Amino acid sequence: MSSLPSTPAKTPFYRDIRTLKWAFQIAALLLVFALLYWLYSNYQENISKSNIQTDLRFLDNPANFTIPGNDFDQSQPVRDAFVQGFLNTIRVSFVGILLATALGTLVGIARLSKNFMVRTLGAVYVELIRNLPLLLLITFMNLGVVLQTFPRIEDAWVPLDLFVISNRGIAIPWYLGPSGQLALIILAAVVIAFIVGKIRVRQADKTGKQDRAWIYGLAVFAIVLIGSWIIFGYSFETPFVDGRGSTGGLRIDPSLFALLASLVIYTSSHIAEIVRGSILAVNRGQGEAADAIALSGSQKMRLIILPQAFRIAMPAIGNQYLNLIKNTSLGATISYFELTQVAQITVGNGSPAVPAFTLTLLVYLGISLVTSLVVNYFNRRLALVER
Amino acid sequence: MITWMRRNLFKSVTDAILTVVSGSLLVYVAWQALQFVFVTGRWEIIQVNLKILLVGRFPDELIYLLGLSILALVFGVTSLAAGGRGTPENMKMALRLWGLVQRFGLLIATGMLLIALGGDLDSLLFGLYVVFAIVAGRLFGALRKRTALSKLPGWAWVLINVVPALSMIFISIGQAALEEWGGFLINFYLAVVSIALCFPLGVLLALGRRSALPLLRWLSTAYIELIRGAPLFVLLLLAGVALEFFIPDSITPDPIFRSVTVFTLFTAAYLAEVIRGGLQSIPKGQAEAGKALGMSATKITFLITLPQALRNVIPAQIGQFISLFKDTTLAGVALSVFELLNVGSAITKQEDFLGQGLVYESLAFVGLLFWVGSYVMSRESQRIEKKLGVGIR
Repeated sequence: MSSLPSTPAKTPFYRDIRTLKWAFQIAALLLVFALLYWLYSNYQENISKSNIQTDLRFLDNPANFTIPGNDFDQSQPVRDAFVQGFLNTIRVSFVGILLATALGTLVGIARLSKNFMVRTLGAVYVELIRNLPLLLLITFMNLGVVLQTFPRIEDAWVPLDLFVISNRGIAIPWYLGPSGQLALIILAAVVIAFIVGKIRVRQADKTGKQDRAWIYGLAVFAIVLIGSWIIFGYSFETPFVDGRGSTGGLRIDPSLFALLASLVIYTSSHIAEIVRGSILAVNRGQGEAADAIALSGSQKMRLIILPQAFRIAMPAIGNQYLNLIKNTSLGATISYFELTQVAQITVGNGSPAVPAFTLTLLVYLGISLVTSLVVNYFNRRLALVER
Repeated sequence: MITWMRRNLFKSVTDAILTVVSGSLLVYVAWQALQFVFVTGRWEIIQVNLKILLVGRFPDELIYLLGLSILALVFGVTSLAAGGRGTPENMKMALRLWGLVQRFGLLIATGMLLIALGGDLDSLLFGLYVVFAIVAGRLFGALRKRTALSKLPGWAWVLINVVPALSMIFISIGQAALEEWGGFLINFYLAVVSIALCFPLGVLLALGRRSALPLLRWLSTAYIELIRGAPLFVLLLLAGVALEFFIPDSITPDPIFRSVTVFTLFTAAYLAEVIRGGLQSIPKGQAEAGKALGMSATKITFLITLPQALRNVIPAQIGQFISLFKDTTLAGVALSVFELLNVGSAITKQEDFLGQGLVYESLAFVGLLFWVGSYVMSRESQRIEKKLGVGIR
């Protein structure tokens, strides 16, 4: 001990941990910059040689193509085509996320059912779909199901006289009039039903009496819808076969159907696994405690297990939503006019490829970013508040 | 049996209805599938095109190289499995056999199906050779436990088993140009090469994102989030038109080069997130113990935290590998690589088969190969997970 100097020699600067840290960071940064510079100088050199347009002027040129199921005109600029593609991407993503969540949750719960048949069906579904490439599903849906199984328009299937199913697409009954109005009415009905349900739940909490709040909610929802129907007198229009196509209702293009169906099937198989894992991950004691206070099976699931499982599942399901959004780009392989297809077509028509695809990429980045912000927001709202 | 049925199928009225509905759905699907496979399916389209589906335009006279590579690979893997610490030997023979059937039955069945589709003496002989390679591998592995080979250090043993396979594969690449590779072979090639290349990058990115140094952290985070926000398909399209601008003139990128680049850069970002999860699962005490022993930060990372982290997330890494394996199909539509799904769609447009609705047959075959590959990998990853006892204390 006594051999130690009483005041330790000052650490030389080249062994000082602070200097080293900075030196290391600067070295790493220089390395990254060197790499970027190398790429950039290659780029400059090659671009100047190849004489390729790299700016976004092409957006103002006329598009020279039409978008099926849309009143987009060929003389409109490419810019508008991109906007239409963007809207289509959002449309597919939104509907796909809703359907995939519903189906996935259902299958996930089915896989944990006490009923052997239901359990097996769920397992077969998940294991079959999860291990296939999505592109294979999309190709199958497009070539195998829509184009080969669906009948020609002359002998279209018309189930219940409400739908028209043929290889030219599926037509479903749809609200006659501006769709914004319908959305507004449904939104109002949902909000009112939700408020009534909340009041009933509070009532039940106060009195301790059993109260089926969701029945009240549904009833109110129906009443509002029917009431507004009587007041405003809006009507639905059913499609019918009309020579070479179908008229009326909402027509879903074959490619849209194939894309949506395969995205929903594929993503739901992944969501089902997440839901199953999260339910299993809820502490066993929670379920036992619910049994101990004599909650019924559905009450146990609804009040104790699912809320906790949902919290566990949320981040993973959010990832699946992001995957679904990015996977809509595969619509381009079956000519559904979403963002990527628009980019590919306009490049085929002579727009410069590099800026067109880069623009597409940036739009997807933006969508992903917004989605993950939303998911993170809900995630934080749901997260267990710990010490 | 009846009590079991009463308990599991017909407990209440709702239960009975569910049983009937889902049962009839299952039976219907199974019936349709069986009928398709054995009655209505016209499998000659697969038989005629079997070679092109599996290996593309690989030159006929060089196919023996591929055969040798597969045999060497099978031999090395079985030998490593048999020579490792391995399964307890005192299990009953029947139980062990049953275990083997459960693990490899699907692969064996697929192999037999391929031989049947090949339908000639050569494919049958090759099947026999594979069996020989498995037996030889097991014997060689067992030899290690009994003879002087046991004195070999672990790495040398691994090297002995791996080098023949690797050298055969490299000889095949050298002899037959990659442009002639195709079919399932190219899917496999893309997946394996990309995962091997992206692994180091993924580890570095994960360490960078967890680094205490802000600049490194920002750079890694930016890279990971940018890549994860972009669809693979669009990245492939972009690489198809723009990659040549970013590399020197001396390299002319072919579609395979482009796809490997994109798959590597893409998967590295996802892998980095998986590994980061593993790093976060290591308790702080581990690094602190290293510090207490006076180890440097580098040593702590590479000897203590990283190995444990990688072990903890082996299943997730395999999951990433599986999705890369499935995503290799995108190279076909984006860059016209002649991979399995691409070949599968192309053969339905051949003169002999055009317009006969043979999409089902070809897609079923393509799907089967991908399905077996992914399913076997995910089953193995579950087995490893159980064996390592991750998360169970």
